[in-house]
Amino acid sequence: MDVFAPLQWIADRITYDLVGLSPESKAGSALDFFLYDVPKVLLLLAVVIFAVAIIRSFFPPERTRKMLSHSRLYAGNVAAALLGIVTPFCSCSAVPLFIGFVESGVPLGVTFSFLVASPMINEVAIILLFGLFGWKIAALYVVSGLFIAITSGIIIGKLGLESWVEEYVYQIRMGDAGELPEQTWPERFTYARGYVAEIVGKVWPYVVVGIGIGAVMHGYIPDDFLVQYAGPNNPFAVPIAVLIGVPLYSNAAGVIPLVSVLTEKGMAMGTVLAFMMAVVGLSLPEAIILRKVLKPKLIAVYFGINAIGIVAIGYLFNAVLH
Amino acid sequence: MVIKILGSGCANCHKLEELARKAVEELGIDATFEKVTEYPEIMAFGIMSTPGLVVDDSVKMSGRVPTYEQVKRLIAEAR
Repeated sequence: MDVFAPLQWIADRITYDLVGLSPESKAGSALDFFLYDVPKVLLLLAVVIFAVAIIRSFFPPERTRKMLSHSRLYAGNVAAALLGIVTPFCSCSAVPLFIGFVESGVPLGVTFSFLVASPMINEVAIILLFGLFGWKIAALYVVSGLFIAITSGIIIGKLGLESWVEEYVYQIRMGDAGELPEQTWPERFTYARGYVAEIVGKVWPYVVVGIGIGAVMHGYIPDDFLVQYAGPNNPFAVPIAVLIGVPLYSNAAGVIPLVSVLTEKGMAMGTVLAFMMAVVGLSLPEAIILRKVLKPKLIAVYFGINAIGIVAIGYLFNAVLH
Repeated sequence: MVIKILGSGCANCHKLEELARKAVEELGIDATFEKVTEYPEIMAFGIMSTPGLVVDDSVKMSGRVPTYEQVKRLIAEAR
């Protein structure tokens, strides 16, 4: 059973009975799409972000750091990528996180697996992919994200680029905060509620605008319109999609509803996934923030390996998903 | 009492400072505020996520903006 059926029913009643548009008309199809998708996506966001926030309250970065210190190549990279999903992270704390990891003996390559996975596999992206594309695509996204995070971390670890980290990082000694008291359940709930309000409050305009544009395209643009430009047979589609994705950072919420319509109009799935990953994983603001601890050469390597991985994933899925 | 707000000046740090100032006022505590914005200093307190709340050199909380009630309790307990 489709749990969203009641939302569809409400959207249908408003569009066809209240407004009086015909289901066959372009305007009717667009309005119905909009009225169904907006509440559905916002509802999904609120529920899942709440759950994610509760899970995250068990994984403060200080604990993650303890778990990863003195870990080894390979196993450490896998653990770091997985922990990257559950450890709360915002680009504003990327620098203290990086220093803290390095200071406690987390190998550089393992630290990078964390830094790649954490923003790329973010809950907003996963929820939207799940809601608009289904669980298979969402799972594929998570697995590919983990794969890129693990391999790029291993490559950076193998290259031995420790000297491309700013020297002062190695001189910082962290103090001991002592054991901060474990959060109580009421505190976790308060935190989760606040987190939902913060994230949904921030992304809802993007969701509405994204779905709005998507709805218009859904209603008015012919279905195979994009096949010749962004279909699986255009070899340049993936790299171009990645380039377009870089400056769209943090707008995953507005971008995904849009790409869901792009796929409907003929954009290939691998291109869509690569685009999504570029939007959330290749962020210029984060690169600028990381400049405080990384020399430009290392930022270039980090971005380069990531971008190559994302493009490769795009081509791979364009080849196998039809 | 010395209250330190750890963080490089992001929106959350300002929010935390506001809450702490309000709490101090309501509790009638004589406190001075310090902002710690440099990473080496922040990390010397042993935390990795900002904002952080430090009362008389002991870390009370880090990585999130607590509710006003929580801030008030943390400061009252440290008195």
